[in-house]
Amino acid sequence: MKKKAGSTDMTAMCDVAFLLLSFFVMTATAKIPEALPVDTPASQVQSKLPDDNLATITVGKGKVFFDLKGREVRKKALELMGQKYGVEFTEEESAKFALMEGIGVPITSLKQLIAMKTGDRSKPGLQPGVPKDSLNNQLHEWIYNSRIANIDVNDKELQIAIKGDAKEEYPAIKRVMDILQDQKINNFNLVTGLRATEK
Amino acid sequence: MAELNTGDGDGKKGGKVRSKKANSKVDLTAMVDLAFLLITFFMLTTTLSKPQSMPLGLPDKEDDPTDKPIKVDENRTLTVLLGDNDKMVYYMGLLATPIAGPKDISYGKEGIRKELLKRKQSVVEYTGNKDKGLIVIIKPSKKSNYRNLVDILDEMAIVGVPSNAIVNDFSPEELKLLEGK
Repeated sequence: MKKKAGSTDMTAMCDVAFLLLSFFVMTATAKIPEALPVDTPASQVQSKLPDDNLATITVGKGKVFFDLKGREVRKKALELMGQKYGVEFTEEESAKFALMEGIGVPITSLKQLIAMKTGDRSKPGLQPGVPKDSLNNQLHEWIYNSRIANIDVNDKELQIAIKGDAKEEYPAIKRVMDILQDQKINNFNLVTGLRATEK
Repeated sequence: MAELNTGDGDGKKGGKVRSKKANSKVDLTAMVDLAFLLITFFMLTTTLSKPQSMPLGLPDKEDDPTDKPIKVDENRTLTVLLGDNDKMVYYMGLLATPIAGPKDISYGKEGIRKELLKRKQSVVEYTGNKDKGLIVIIKPSKKSNYRNLVDILDEMAIVGVPSNAIVNDFSPEELKLLEGK
């Protein structure tokens, strides 16, 4: 045994390591608790969801939540929805909405939802889901206006992903697919988890 | 630079000799270890947390009365009925005159996948044309859940079934098949 065991200068290495560490910490987006947590079924497909031009429809416990990627697209979609249903949103509300997670309220109570604190919004049971019955099909309007907004802002067709709970009964999923197909969206993605082992 | 001087400057407690002059450098090895561990963690979590997705294409849904239903060779179709409690029934051909089944079958490698692989081969042999492969008709019942649907679609992707369709109408016989037994 040597007494002076090779004392490499670790300072530079330490600097680099922490620089990289801070980079990854900052780029990692904090996971905001979802208002409607769903347990997605597993599959062996390898394709990943795109990061932008994406709308996610979350289906679970009979409720439907709608989420849209991209701040500008969200603002535009909100504006169009406001026009459609005669609800005025202020600039401030629109900015707040752009940063929010998926919404699960009728358009009439969207103002109250925006006014809430971020932590309070995701309380379970608070948001009743976006109405999707044939008389008051707001989900349809959300999808429709989001597509317009996305083409307006990004000049690209919006991709739709359905994120369903594994235990959700098929008719609920079918209903969402029908709403999509009514708009001639025949291609969409099903969000799945990764199956760890070969079954 | 990043050296801690522990030795000098403690004039207060002059009586005690605490300083070891030789050990003026702090050993950063453990710190670097920790930093790299965290880097690895963040790198993996940022890339792996992206959700997987399964592309699904559905045929046009148009209620055109002039549209003629497309006739397919019943020898090429395999129908899968999804029921509640992960029940699955399959049959080959027409239900009235089935080539195989109707039989209960389980999900996964030992169940439906084996059958699908076998049928995929036999249909190509039967038609003698690689473009005319197996057609799988998936019929999810009202009681089936979303996991069943994704599972069966996943099997389609794994096995490489050339064409599959999701059909929602059930004949009374088929309902009986799912409920019975």
